[in-house]
Amino acid sequence: MTETAPHPPESDHTLDARRLLCPMPILRTEQALRPLPTGAILAILASDPGIEQDLPAWCRINGHTLLDLRPQGRGEWIAWVQKGE
Amino acid sequence: MAHQTPISALGLLSGGLDSMLAARLLMDQGIHVACVNFHTGFCIQGHTSAMRNPEPNAKPPRHDALHAAQLLGIKLHMVDIAEDYVRIVTDPKHGYGSNLNPCLDCKIFMVRKAWQLKEALGFHFLFTGEVIGQRPMSQRRENLPHIERAAGVEGWLLRPLCAQRLKSTEPEKLGWVDRKQLKGFHGRGRRAQMELAQQMGLLDYPSPAGGCCFLTDANYSRKLQDLWHSRGERQYTMDDILLLKAGRHLRPAPHFKVIVGRDETENNFLSGFRAQRWLLQAEGIPGPVMLVEGTPSDSDLTLACRLTARFGQGRHSPQVTIRIAHQGQEALRQVAPLPAEEIPESWYI
Ligand code: SF4
Repeated sequence: MTETAPHPPESDHTLDARRLLCPMPILRTEQALRPLPTGAILAILASDPGIEQDLPAWCRINGHTLLDLRPQGRGEWIAWVQKGE
Repeated sequence: MAHQTPISALGLLSGGLDSMLAARLLMDQGIHVACVNFHTGFCIQGHTSAMRNPEPNAKPPRHDALHAAQLLGIKLHMVDIAEDYVRIVTDPKHGYGSNLNPCLDCKIFMVRKAWQLKEALGFHFLFTGEVIGQRPMSQRRENLPHIERAAGVEGWLLRPLCAQRLKSTEPEKLGWVDRKQLKGFHGRGRRAQMELAQQMGLLDYPSPAGGCCFLTDANYSRKLQDLWHSRGERQYTMDDILLLKAGRHLRPAPHFKVIVGRDETENNFLSGFRAQRWLLQAEGIPGPVMLVEGTPSDSDLTLACRLTARFGQGRHSPQVTIRIAHQGQEALRQVAPLPAEEIPESWYI
């Protein structure tokens, strides 16, 4: 079992990027965030292990906040990104 | 001295060392740099590792351009051009390289797309990390000017790593870029680039051995060619090109082929593509997932079941039960595993 935070962040929207290969989960995240207002939280489901490295890097260079990123078994991950300015 | 309005340049960033060095050469002159990376559907990234169980000590998969941008501290625009890119792959004006890589058309297309983005962002010029003579087709000396001419950006595409061997570009003539601080690299050697990387303190870059896309790979190209041949036309969907990256592919007859997962991760991956196909797996015995694609007859499906049994742990049993899933329906079929000698080499694509 992986360690989990007591409360997962509350998301406004969810993106299912499972079965998509790198870099599609990132491209889809960008698309999904685009229409959202600053501060909105997007939950992302992914199954490409590249997400563990790519999402933090992408958030950093684009000024978004990665609130949490955790594996949830069966080769899947969940992440919460808060849209930056 | 800093310019009053900072000069800005948009680079095509593959994530390899050359494009990183090119970006740094400009950044070190005080130029504001951002980059673009295009997703064609054929890019080699974490794909293979995402589809197969990772090697025990493998580095975690990551997107090279994204990490290069992070390392350089610059903005990266990731642009999906996969849909438009189909015509570049299926009908390249300048033909293919040694495999199905349409490098010249690809470069021209990407430079054109990058120019559109540069205009939208209001940047001053474009740059790439190309080096004369490094790649056989797209980086031949005579082809470099052709790329920018064909893309309609003549004079506005700077190649900082080999600029001193090329005609001055507009940004150099206008004094935006100091030509003396650019390089005159050429040829296939990597020494000069590695020394420059050392000087710049760039240590974490992907190995230059990895090609930039699957189209340069002979095995991949053979599978794509087979796909076109079997369909009688040069077309593909995104699912097609993803599936060509996974599993073992066999074509027992022109009208159908099978794809066999090689490990659990690949099995899971293939299972995601069951729509429009047949998904086969042994019941109660460990073994691979098999996808059948095309227009198989009932006896073809029996053959595919026998192959599925052959590749699983029931290969020495007299009978194996195979579950066939297709369009929401499931059926079981008892078959004898196909003996190894009945699988001709020619079936392997
Ligand atoms: S190797 Fe692939 S991505 Fe690179 S230029 Fe050639 S076709 Fe384009």
